[in-house]
Amino acid sequence: MKSDKKLIDENGKRLDGRGPDQLRNIKIEAGVLHRADGSCYLEWGGNKVIAAVYGPREAIPKHTQNPLKAIVKARYNMAAFSVDDRKRPGPDRRSQEISKVTSEALEKIVLTDQFPRAAIDVNIEVLDAEAGTRCAGLTAAGVALADAGIPMRDIPVACAAGKIGAENNDGMFSGGFVVLDLGKEEDNFGNADLPIAIAPRTNDIILLQMDGHLTFDEFEHALDLAMKGCQEISKLQKEALLRRYKSDVEVEE
Amino acid sequence: MTISPVIKQEHLYKLVEQGKRADGRQFNQYRPITIEPGIISKAEGSARVRIGNTQVIAGIKMSIGDPYPDTPDSGVITTAAELIPLASPDFEAGPPDQQTIELARVVDRGIRESEVIDLGKLCIIPGEKIWIIFIDIHIIDYDGNLFDAASLAALAALFNAKVPITQLMPMLEKIKEQYPDAAGYLQEHPEDYPLPLRDPPISCTFVKFNNAIVVDPSIDEQDIAEARITVATDPKGDIRAMQKGLKGSFTADEIKKIIKDSVINGSDIRKILKESVGT
Amino acid sequence: MSKSTREIVIPGQLVGDLKDFKPGRGTIVENEKIYSNVLGIRYESPPYINVVPLKGRYDAVMGDLVIGIVEEAMSSSWLVDINAPYPALLHVNEVPWDVEFGETEKFLNTGDSIMAKVLQVNIEKKLQITLKDRNLYKIRGGHIINVEPSKVPRIIGKKGSMIGILKKYTRCRIFVGQNGRIWIDGEDKNVALAQQAIHKIEEESISFGLTNKIEEFLASHGQ
Repeated sequence: MKSDKKLIDENGKRLDGRGPDQLRNIKIEAGVLHRADGSCYLEWGGNKVIAAVYGPREAIPKHTQNPLKAIVKARYNMAAFSVDDRKRPGPDRRSQEISKVTSEALEKIVLTDQFPRAAIDVNIEVLDAEAGTRCAGLTAAGVALADAGIPMRDIPVACAAGKIGAENNDGMFSGGFVVLDLGKEEDNFGNADLPIAIAPRTNDIILLQMDGHLTFDEFEHALDLAMKGCQEISKLQKEALLRRYKSDVEVEE
Repeated sequence: MTISPVIKQEHLYKLVEQGKRADGRQFNQYRPITIEPGIISKAEGSARVRIGNTQVIAGIKMSIGDPYPDTPDSGVITTAAELIPLASPDFEAGPPDQQTIELARVVDRGIRESEVIDLGKLCIIPGEKIWIIFIDIHIIDYDGNLFDAASLAALAALFNAKVPITQLMPMLEKIKEQYPDAAGYLQEHPEDYPLPLRDPPISCTFVKFNNAIVVDPSIDEQDIAEARITVATDPKGDIRAMQKGLKGSFTADEIKKIIKDSVINGSDIRKILKESVGT
Repeated sequence: MSKSTREIVIPGQLVGDLKDFKPGRGTIVENEKIYSNVLGIRYESPPYINVVPLKGRYDAVMGDLVIGIVEEAMSSSWLVDINAPYPALLHVNEVPWDVEFGETEKFLNTGDSIMAKVLQVNIEKKLQITLKDRNLYKIRGGHIINVEPSKVPRIIGKKGSMIGILKKYTRCRIFVGQNGRIWIDGEDKNVALAQQAIHKIEEESISFGLTNKIEEFLASHGQ
């Protein structure tokens, strides 16, 4: 990764005016779709994603069934118009990989043993993409799962941290800042990206990927930042669900 | 596949015999329609259309490409639809099936054959470089009548779209180096500009069951429909595209009545479209 | 269900301590603490803490009366959708008719609706239903509407008070399946009224005097 742009100044101020440990704006709405069993609309900076959950329902085809527990099938898909250069519709290798790691992360959280032979389908549609769509998608999926009434240990949440602004002299990096939640330019020209997802109650890490270049100390710092980011977003998830359903419980009869 | 109970069908049959529909609408009445243009920032144009609980998002992307040999001076449009599993328990992931392809082609025809877009004005260098318009239709929530929701979303997105001169300037500059003639186009279009569009035809879809014909079918009505027809009419009331579907039939008189009803509903919907996109 | 604090809770939320309560429905225990595992309402029902889900599929319980829709007639049984995660099995031995092998379609076919009773829920969540009991039969005529299974108790009301009022004012036959399907039969305008009232019950927050409110609504909108 090459950084032609100055992504962060000496005072730690970033291109979009954020400080190193500041998230982009996040807006979450639960229960937005009519047909789905559970759904969530989420805006995160310039990202817009919708997640919809169907199930638990009998897994089809039958050979995909697990006689002891439910399978969680996440499907991450980008709309053709969600990126600068139109994306050909249908799954590419990148979205298949994201679907896989997301499914695995969610499967850890859902109480799958309550539904032998069933499938829980989690559809994540990226409508507008601007760095960090897998975190936005997984975070929306967590709310949609809760909205569908799926039993879970916790509500999963994701966030990334990364490193920007290092000088690169023939592969030798110097300087740079570890920052929370990379934005568009930072994602394109930064030095490292570390998206994680956690179960916020226990801080168990259920998804982790990393690309770029970090020292051990930088990794520790980035992980710590990303965890804190997750906790902040977790609050927004909870607020969205309570907003949607508080009218269901107002007064005791 | 979700099984629809037989008594639901009987209930709807009984209602139409008394001139009623399950949601209280008249036979010739649409559900509420809302159009929100410009909701996708990465797209050159976009719109979300809701007809009742049905929700569709259309996005326009544009790129520079080579013209077809038989239309060297014309831009190109391509329309694709995705019936993603997000939208219905009965949609499956995978390559587009016949239903999806029919939907995309009917939307495409309504726009292409009625010449909504002046493709002649989307030529950069005759015979060499033209604009390609991608219309992508994403079904978000499926509660019946995709044809009208998808067509309307595509139109609203087109009216919302701007030709991305600024964004593609580096590419246009390169083209100018290769084809000095491009200078004329660039002088005429120094910055983003709206697509050259004409007053559009509007699609109205009807279904027939138990000898009744109703407009804008709900999902339950669509499930039991024997025949379906979509008619696109223009502001003059002329017919610009039609598509009959399903295994049942219509009489000629029924179709004539449907066309007249399409003109009435079409002009109402055209008003909603114009107000929302501000033309 | 005893009175007491009602609170909306979400998965992973702490709802009690093992020192004070036993973990009931909709909860999990970790490190001596009781957490909710579902979006729902927390009920203290000593010694238990329960979380009753607000949404989700029907969780079949033996003995529940449900409305099913036949998915498929097989040679000696039917697969029936009861709004649970899995289709339920209705065996020919569990219907009040003599069905010859391979002749199941003559009695019940795809799309038919039935009032049935949950016979068995085994550990693998395999479901069996029966038509062999009083008032269980194939439904003819009328109309079925769907509500969240969690709203069923509200529609029935305390000791059937709500459903009683609905029947009285609409003069409809109404059967509320525990699985969130409600069958209504009567004069069309009355069916429509019953349907409106049920949606009102579903949408209103649980408030003191909901039964009276619905009674007023029915009285003013009926004939």
